[in-house]
Amino acid sequence: MTAIVAPRTLVEVRGLRRTFDLSKPWLNRMIERSGRVSLTAVDTVDFSIREGETYALVGESGSGKSTIAKIVVGLLAPTAGSVTIDGTEVWGRKTAEEERRMRRKIQMIFQDPYASLNPRWRVGTIIAEPIAAFGLITDAKDRVARVGELLSLVGLDPRDAVKFPHEFSGGQRQRIAIARALASDPKFIVCDEPTSALDVSVQAQVLNLLRDLQQRLGLTYLFISHNLAVVRHMASRVGVLYLGRLVEEAPARELFAEPKHPYTRMLLDAVPDIDMEGKERLAIAGEIPNPVNPPPGCHFHPRCPMAMDRCRIETPRHNGAGNASVLCHLYD
Amino acid sequence: MTEATLSVRNLRVEIPTRRGVLTAIDDLSFDIAPGEVLGMVGESGAGKSITGSAVIGLLEPPGRVAGGEIRLAGERIDNLPPERMRHIRGKRIGMIFQDPLTSLNPLYRIGDQLVETILTHQRMTSGEARDKARRLLEEVGIPAAETRLSSYPHQFSGGMRQRVVIALALAADPELVIADEPTTALDVSVQAQIIALLKRLCAERGASVMLITHDMGVIAETADRVCVLYAGRLAELGPVREVVKHPQHPYTIGLMAAIPSLSGDPDAALAQIPGSMPRLGAIPPGCAFNPRCTFAFDRCTAERPDAYPAGASRAACFLHAPDRPYAAPPDVLAAARTAGIRLPAPMDEAGR
Repeated sequence: MTAIVAPRTLVEVRGLRRTFDLSKPWLNRMIERSGRVSLTAVDTVDFSIREGETYALVGESGSGKSTIAKIVVGLLAPTAGSVTIDGTEVWGRKTAEEERRMRRKIQMIFQDPYASLNPRWRVGTIIAEPIAAFGLITDAKDRVARVGELLSLVGLDPRDAVKFPHEFSGGQRQRIAIARALASDPKFIVCDEPTSALDVSVQAQVLNLLRDLQQRLGLTYLFISHNLAVVRHMASRVGVLYLGRLVEEAPARELFAEPKHPYTRMLLDAVPDIDMEGKERLAIAGEIPNPVNPPPGCHFHPRCPMAMDRCRIETPRHNGAGNASVLCHLYD
Repeated sequence: MTEATLSVRNLRVEIPTRRGVLTAIDDLSFDIAPGEVLGMVGESGAGKSITGSAVIGLLEPPGRVAGGEIRLAGERIDNLPPERMRHIRGKRIGMIFQDPLTSLNPLYRIGDQLVETILTHQRMTSGEARDKARRLLEEVGIPAAETRLSSYPHQFSGGMRQRVVIALALAADPELVIADEPTTALDVSVQAQIIALLKRLCAERGASVMLITHDMGVIAETADRVCVLYAGRLAELGPVREVVKHPQHPYTIGLMAAIPSLSGDPDAALAQIPGSMPRLGAIPPGCAFNPRCTFAFDRCTAERPDAYPAGASRAACFLHAPDRPYAAPPDVLAAARTAGIRLPAPMDEAGR
């Protein structure tokens, strides 16, 4: 896998921020004399993904991983910051033609294959939709042939094109979703928890398929998951999110062998593993605080076993050399 | 040996549908010893939750127990009238469900719900019950228990809510606790806390636990023994270490190899079992796993295997069948041996 990693950067995320306004309606605010309430889902996140690489974002619920995915594919506008894919700004001004060219390069695979496929469309129509939308193949016969090709690529039978989604199991549906994502010849695919709705034996099939397709087609993935074992298996680089901030970023091997941020260490410790080697567990304290009102300074300090006085006041900066970085005062 | 807390024998659960009767659980037998944690694992549709519902008599109609028997400390409970079953439920068997928000009434304060449960099953004054409720909340690790008694469920976070549910399940000091995916709705860091809590409290009270989950990691860290289900049938049952480290049923072998782990080579492809679990209406004849099994031979498609002894476990697979005349072909036996299956002794000699 490492052999195809080219030094060229394909996706560049700079200073990404997104806040949501949770305020009550104007009249309620006036009567109850309450102010505006806003939630910072993504707080100044920077990262870049090189071509042919799998960049994984991990985090618990409320960490902002899905918000980042939506901004990167262009489904949700950022409050501040930029996303550049292959030299084009996703949220910049551009002509319709430029927009089309950029959109073709990005595709997304969603978590729930029961919700992401239209139950009234035949599989062939579902997969042919991106081809038709981008006007890639105009001849109907060629289009059918291309759909068949895509179905065999993901390990299904080309004859499955005439069936409806309900005739397939969860794993097969996720394969259909992958075939649809591949239909526009994308360079970059965002996988948002692609296997969390699947059983383990089927999860292995889909993960192997995604890796295999990456090697064959030179794809770049942004892989979003809460499952650290799956991330370890898929990613070349990993970013760990906590309450909207990227607290640690490192090559996958490094991160799993030598986690630096106390939160990463705690997460890795908490995963129940089938290995049963009787590992020492750090007692975990507390739960994720309410993101509407996160703790000041370092967001993690109330749960951190190593917290110092300055952690409660001062927001840490990114520390680190080369391709690893950690957001923690311990490494200042 | 002391009497098992829960003993299930040849359980059969059927669900009549318009297109015929589906067998959701087929000939399932297992025991849970006092103080033991038995893990129930399997993929979705394998029948884990239905087994739990059958034990507490809450099978959703039209599902019904069509055969076999369920005994709680020696007493048959599968044929009790609903009124008597109601007294057992909550008092002698506690339940913990996946989603803590749906198992608590959103309109009642936590304290009132706890007191109601305690008073239903135990004779005491409401003052004593309230005192007990406070102690329960303290035991499950809820800070400021006294004031939290008058909070509503929505004022708790997910993990704290699950702690309240555990307190409710333990309120009447049950002999058996059925925990159906107790941590699936929680984040990883909270999950570990809840599992540790559940394990500690049940050990202190000597309660047996039936832990239903699809997460093999949770089972590996919590259970004493594990029961692997496949298509409503028992695949393998044995001590957790044996089943995880030396699985004896081809399905369990495939399942263990398919789980991404935090150790091992991350670049190696995951082992995968071809295909997926059959739907209840389309279970193949013979062994339910035979179309996906690499070791299948002619007997597997013709007959249904019993649970044969396999090392310290029991596995429903003909590779472990002690009767030699029907033995598998030598190449299958050799492959099985390389995969770590401990073949029964006489066949092992024949293989050599």
